[in-house]
Amino acid sequence: MKRTALLVFLSALLTGIAFAEDLLINAAGASFPNPIYQKWFSEYQKKTGVRINYQSVGSGAGIGQITEGTVDFGASDGPMNAEQTKKFQDKRGFGVLHFPTVMGAVVVTYNLPGISQALNFTPAAISGIYLGKITKWNDPEIAKANPGVKIPANDIVVVHRSDGSGTTYVFTDYLSKVNPDWKSKVGSATSVTWPIGLGAAKNDGVAGLVKQTANSIGYVELIYATQNKMAYGNVKNKAGAFVTASSASVSAAAAASAKTMPEDFKVSIVDAEGKSSYPISTFTWLLIPEKIADKGKKTAIVNFIKWMLDKDAQALAESLDYASLPKPVVAKELKAIAKVQ
Amino acid sequence: MTPRLFYRKATNYVMLTLTGLCALVAVGILFFILGYLLWNGGTSLNLDFFTKLPVPVGESGGGMANALVGTGKLLLIASLVGVPIGFLGGVYLSEYGGSTFSFLVRYMTDLLNGVPSIVIGIFAYTVIILRQHHFSTLAGGIALGIMMIPIAVRSSEEFLRAVPASLREAAVALGASKSRAIVTVVIPAALDAIITGIMLDLARVAGETAPLIFTAFGNQFWSPGWNQPTSSLPVMIYSYAISPYDEWHRQAWSAGFVLLSLVLFVNVFSRLVLARKGHARS
Amino acid sequence: METSEISTNRARSPERARRFSDRLASGDTAANLIVFLAAASIVFITSWIVFELYRNSAASRHEFGWSFLTGSSWDPVNEHYGALPFIYGTIVTSALALLMAIPFGVGAAIFLAELAPPRISNALTFLIELLAAVPSVIYGLLGIFVLVPMLKSAEPAIRATLGFLPFFKGPFYGVSLLAAGFVLAVMIVPFIISISREVLLAVPADQREAALALGATKWESTWDIVVPFAGKGIVGSIFLALARSLGETMAVTMVIGNTPQISMSLFAPGYSIAAVIANEFAEASSEMLRSTLIELGMVLFALTFLINGFARILIITTSKKGNAT
Repeated sequence: MKRTALLVFLSALLTGIAFAEDLLINAAGASFPNPIYQKWFSEYQKKTGVRINYQSVGSGAGIGQITEGTVDFGASDGPMNAEQTKKFQDKRGFGVLHFPTVMGAVVVTYNLPGISQALNFTPAAISGIYLGKITKWNDPEIAKANPGVKIPANDIVVVHRSDGSGTTYVFTDYLSKVNPDWKSKVGSATSVTWPIGLGAAKNDGVAGLVKQTANSIGYVELIYATQNKMAYGNVKNKAGAFVTASSASVSAAAAASAKTMPEDFKVSIVDAEGKSSYPISTFTWLLIPEKIADKGKKTAIVNFIKWMLDKDAQALAESLDYASLPKPVVAKELKAIAKVQ
Repeated sequence: MTPRLFYRKATNYVMLTLTGLCALVAVGILFFILGYLLWNGGTSLNLDFFTKLPVPVGESGGGMANALVGTGKLLLIASLVGVPIGFLGGVYLSEYGGSTFSFLVRYMTDLLNGVPSIVIGIFAYTVIILRQHHFSTLAGGIALGIMMIPIAVRSSEEFLRAVPASLREAAVALGASKSRAIVTVVIPAALDAIITGIMLDLARVAGETAPLIFTAFGNQFWSPGWNQPTSSLPVMIYSYAISPYDEWHRQAWSAGFVLLSLVLFVNVFSRLVLARKGHARS
Repeated sequence: METSEISTNRARSPERARRFSDRLASGDTAANLIVFLAAASIVFITSWIVFELYRNSAASRHEFGWSFLTGSSWDPVNEHYGALPFIYGTIVTSALALLMAIPFGVGAAIFLAELAPPRISNALTFLIELLAAVPSVIYGLLGIFVLVPMLKSAEPAIRATLGFLPFFKGPFYGVSLLAAGFVLAVMIVPFIISISREVLLAVPADQREAALALGATKWESTWDIVVPFAGKGIVGSIFLALARSLGETMAVTMVIGNTPQISMSLFAPGYSIAAVIANEFAEASSEMLRSTLIELGMVLFALTFLINGFARILIITTSKKGNAT
């Protein structure tokens, strides 16, 4: 009996090995675009047989692992900074390219029993809450932006990321732009010293914790809030309007930068100009090494980027609440692909 | 009955009952865990779970076939690493031991047993992943294999020692050399027990998550060969449990139920075998 | 396996085995070499692990020195790291777990070793040892979805009865030091029970009989005679459980709240050494952070090593005492 069990076990293992024919590419990074990447890689595998294994481990890990060369490409919601780029250059002997894939929004999500409508948040309210200065839900800074809404006097439970994360980078980048106090005390990075709050791992973890905890507030990529039917707030933009996060309002934020996109695609679009711009918007990037030794992998990755920039794939992104890339950016990227060697 | 005696008798009964309750609650927890997993995971288990790959969020269906096979592959490598070293180490301690060196071996085995699993994960990452420059099934398996060693050593040593000395003496009296006596008489006598001990050891590392997160990594597809990242049941449970999707929670419960059933099945089976052979630990 | 330690010690007859092996020592060198190599590789692997931890934590050790252990800031932006909040979280959750698990575990062990009929005792022990086999990630799963909501609903009751203590102040989110302590308690109870039971069983029967003959009740003979006799061994079992809970990773990281802070309140979230390594290690985009996490790993190793060693000494001395009489 033991022997038959062993045989079954071994044959199961062999079936696992039998799938070895197709190419497997490993990638890791941002959890922010994970839903669309999983969808893309699944579609791409059906179409071409190329399997791209993407693990959503966080942008910090994406940068770290691509620098170590333990994955074939990385992904991040924050562009690599000068120090990280230099380290990559030193370790690998060549540079790293950033390719924007889609754009997304970071939303302020909350679990406030009895409140069903979307609350309005001013930049001062969000930074105040995360600095620990605003501790009650009925604080005047929140109340005055929400006339007519009866907000309970409960304590605010602040939730943030515990791991290095591009979502955190975008969020803190935004807070640094709108609040000088935040800039000097905390700063912007993939992980920071939080003045207050509970840590949870990844977008998944933050959404999960907010969902489980009454009176809590957190920040997640838009799709995590919509997928989970969680409430998220409208945020007051530079022009003074309260804007709901959506692919349209994110596109509006990106519109201005599309014309002046730098050669390396590293651009921040938080707190953008324009009446309909959602202020906590960002591009998200694939981090592709300049040199890919394995020709098969190189071709597959280049082909994937071309496929991903195509309108069908971009339309898929729209269906998952991401904003598709502006046309000029797509054109620019198609040119930049030639840099991959 | 004097009040004093009454007090003593009462204390006697109260305390006896309390200790009994402690034991019952401990057992109750086990049944609670089993029942809860069965209720939450077992009921939503279907054939797809065993035959399909995970699907992207938003699509329904899908399973964890790759994680099941991944766990199998990891355990196979773990056995190839842990069993020979552990078993032969046990033979050394039981049959050749007695020197200062075996004191050192025993000490190091204890030390290794005390190393937190996450630290073994770091070790495998720095030694294998950073050198190989990619995550792999192999590295995950080796990490688990190292975790298997101490228990494999201890159980092999224990069961070999339990073989009566008269058996060895008889073999030697018949003219067998020491190694021959060990290979043909001592080891066969203890083999069943040793194999069950190793099964228990395997069941223990089968549920390990921490050393796999940055060695075997994860993979939403089948993992080809041995040198690529693979998904595994414990890591899938972890990442699905902390996700916000109800569908994924359901899958995490199913995976938890499957993992627990496997582990408990091996445990019950092995312990019964040991008990029947008179090697009961207690 | 800790249980095997004791039975080994009890079952083995070292003198006889040694004489036997001496007599045969001139035997096959090849076989001798193979098993020797296997044994040596264990020594090698363990030393290698220690060496790797030491080598890879060099950057952090040079940067922070000993103040690493007492620093309490965790600032990835300015690359300044201190280990204290993690050491604190690790120790507090483990201590809390022991506090809950000891009375419970020792009580159950007394019942199983002294009071229950052997048949029932064996069956119950069998089940309890199965509890020790449940994988940690499953405890975490139950922790998130069962324990945390349960604690949330018990919060008013706890506040009403124990709220005057500084340990139960401040807001409670569910995930907390308390939740982590609870999960750890459930995880280590089986260890305390099964090892304590072994130690109690090793107490010679004449000790009990003498007490009973003098008119002691069953409980008195157990509590006043047998338990003190086995005392050191029971303490040893507790230390082994402690070592185990210190290194516990997955279940803790799922319920502790992952916040590097030092708070008196058990309602507050915290962070443990193992949890921060699990969360951040794969992240480690900076060399210094990785080195710091590896140094944390070394601290954890050292902690478990000390406690394990202490526990083993205690258990060995008690079971020797048992054997001698």
